Amino acid sequence: MATGRIVIDVERCKGCELCLEACPQHVIEMGNFFNGKGYRPAMLVDPRHECTGCALCAVVCPDGCITVYRDVPAPKAQPVLKGVPA
Amino acid sequence: MSKELLKGNIAIAEAAVRAGCEAYFGYPITPQTELLEHMSSRMLELGRVFLQSESEVAAINMVYGAASAGARAMTSSSSPGISLMQEGLSYIVGSEVPAVIVDVVRGGPGLGNIQPSQGDYNQLVKSAGHGDYHPIVLAPANIQEAIDLTVLAFDLADVYRTLVFVVADGTLGQMMEPAELPPMRALRPRPEWALTGKGERPQNIISSIYLSADLLEAFNQKLQAKLALIAQREVRYEAYQLEDAEYVVVAFGTVGRIAKTAVQNLRRQGIAVGLFRPITLWPFPEKQLSELADSGRIKAFLVTEMNAGQMLQDVRLAVGRDVPVHFYGRMGGVVPMPEEIETALAELVNGNGRLPKTILEGKNGHPTR
Amino acid sequence: MVTQLVEPTEKLVYQRPDSLAELYTHYCPGCTHGTAHRLVAEVLDELRLQNDTILVASVGCSVFSYKYFDVDAAEAAHGRACAMATGIKRVHPDKIVFTYQGDGDLASIGLAETMHAAIRGENITVIFINNAIYGMTGGQMAPTTLPGQETTSSPFGRDVRLTGNPIHVAELLAAIPGTAYSVRRSMHDARHVLQAKKAIQTAFTVQQQGLGFSIVELLSSCPTNWKMTPNEALSWVRDNMLPVYPLGDYKVPESLQSTKRGKRD
Ligand SMILES: Cc1ncc(C[n+]2csc(CCOP(=O)(O)OP(=O)(O)O)c2C)c(N)n1
Ligand code: SF4
Ligand code: SF4
Ligand code: SF4
Repeated sequence: MATGRIVIDVERCKGCELCLEACPQHVIEMGNFFNGKGYRPAMLVDPRHECTGCALCAVVCPDGCITVYRDVPAPKAQPVLKGVPA
Repeated sequence: MSKELLKGNIAIAEAAVRAGCEAYFGYPITPQTELLEHMSSRMLELGRVFLQSESEVAAINMVYGAASAGARAMTSSSSPGISLMQEGLSYIVGSEVPAVIVDVVRGGPGLGNIQPSQGDYNQLVKSAGHGDYHPIVLAPANIQEAIDLTVLAFDLADVYRTLVFVVADGTLGQMMEPAELPPMRALRPRPEWALTGKGERPQNIISSIYLSADLLEAFNQKLQAKLALIAQREVRYEAYQLEDAEYVVVAFGTVGRIAKTAVQNLRRQGIAVGLFRPITLWPFPEKQLSELADSGRIKAFLVTEMNAGQMLQDVRLAVGRDVPVHFYGRMGGVVPMPEEIETALAELVNGNGRLPKTILEGKNGHPTR
Repeated sequence: MVTQLVEPTEKLVYQRPDSLAELYTHYCPGCTHGTAHRLVAEVLDELRLQNDTILVASVGCSVFSYKYFDVDAAEAAHGRACAMATGIKRVHPDKIVFTYQGDGDLASIGLAETMHAAIRGENITVIFINNAIYGMTGGQMAPTTLPGQETTSSPFGRDVRLTGNPIHVAELLAAIPGTAYSVRRSMHDARHVLQAKKAIQTAFTVQQQGLGFSIVELLSSCPTNWKMTPNEALSWVRDNMLPVYPLGDYKVPESLQSTKRGKRD
């Protein structure tokens, strides 16, 4: 299954919890702090990297706070070497 | 260009077309319908916008839209229709878009009748919508003036980004007179504030909301400053035989024209009367009238209107308490004859500035004081 | 020697649309007005219409939508958005003009203007938010309020014998020849939100093609006045509004029907 991640604009979030309900992977939780507007913002809590980048959270977010990225597996899993000799 | 015989309503419509009116919206109501009908063919002929709306409420909001979109836009109606437009008038002023409205006034209240009246003076000058403002109100007395003021209305609307009324009545609307139409002007370019699709510039917004009291007060102060500027620069009136007059009749529009005949007749009898005819009902020529009253020469003013004395109050405010101000009015669509005004004036002269009881309580005149 | 492993690359799947202004909205948490804004903005982005669009905002909770969308915009009087949009569209027939209206605005005070815009086949798009209530004024009964629904002005529940039955705007407007596109969608879950977006896209396409009046009715929530959490409110839309307001395509132009079918087959 694809993997991904989301970035939540914490200051824009109104803590409505719609994304939390919509996420099939249950990797969104409400933060235990308040943002500048006094809301508890949503946060990605995904230690096992279960977010699939399906974007359903972003689709339901009324405030357009969520940016979604999906991982693109590196071609043929060849590590790309980059750098110069020290 | 040369003079041609023109009917009032048509002359106003054609003047608007030539002044570069790009969009007309209206709803039929007597006695202005011919204006709408003229627009229905002319505007389409010229590839401009004409639309018969579902109501006056819709018409004024279409004008609001078209004006916001950067077009010279207008509507025309008659008294009850203008009443329906009031909310839209206020939005137009509140968002500072230019618009021109022609009101061919009819008799009220209620459905009243379709006869000539000046019963909309207060509705236009004092209460054309909620909030603190006055529209500019232009009151022609003949067809040439109706043409010229219609053109002026569009220019003033643009200069001040505000609402301008041309107020006529059924007499002027139906009357035929030789007059000269202005040359056809090109449509003016869209103002930079207009809604045209933002393209590469920042968004334009047309709105009348200021949610915070401070901001709304600031807007109102700006609006008041603009109105003060208009009041200072745009007063128009006709002074007829006032140089040596001892008695002055004050009248606007059709009645102003009738009163002029009365003044001419009395002058022939050697009586020193003159006519003061406000052309801008707002801004009202208050200062000019006040100076006249202060000249020490005037024994009395006679205000005549086709209503119960609506402009009368503005005249009194301007004149003050030192010179008596009397009133002679007809209502319900009755147009006063010059003889009636002559009689009232003559009585005033004989009574040395006082109107005898017979006139004050006569069944024709509407008594005041 | 230092070697650095470049991270596995990732692609951007979703981001806030450009046609939405950066502004923070005043909408209550979880209010689907925000969702509808986002969808319209996404469609304007995708159809590349942002620079050629003029919005007419209405009076209701969405009164400030004129500044939430980064497009040229006007704020109409309560109920008059379709009349104002008519004035704008007639002056700019080549621009995209849309109104954004609530159910009090469109279906009560502005019904005449809306109907007549449709009757004229005015080539504008209407985004219609049906939340069964007057939101801005604090939750009074709207023409769309459900039978029996308690509001601040129907405290004993809407009594249809006294106040009539809910108005079905999408069906009503579909019956008008000038209407080219009239559908009802809901925003109560992700799947329906995506369907709503598709409909909004079609509506703007209808306008681009000059086919006539287009309207998308969106079943929407008002958690604040319904006195529910945002998620409860969405369930309420599903459980109570959907049965009264069936989702569906009440009118779709033939040309667009065939392409849709063609794709599906
Ligand atoms: C002429 C006029 N009447 C009444 C109002 C007060 N008013 C403001 S918003 C509104 C109702 C809005 O409800 P709706 O259209 O359903 O939008 P919502 O707030 O639910 O999004 C009313 C009655 C007004 N602004 N103007
Ligand atoms: S992208 Fe999908 S899986 Fe990831 S947080 Fe959002 S809803 Fe959950
Ligand atoms: S849906 Fe959006 S606003 Fe609501 S909690 Fe999630 S990120 Fe925050
Ligand atoms: S009152 Fe209702 S409709 Fe208005 S913003 Fe709040 S939740 Fe939305």
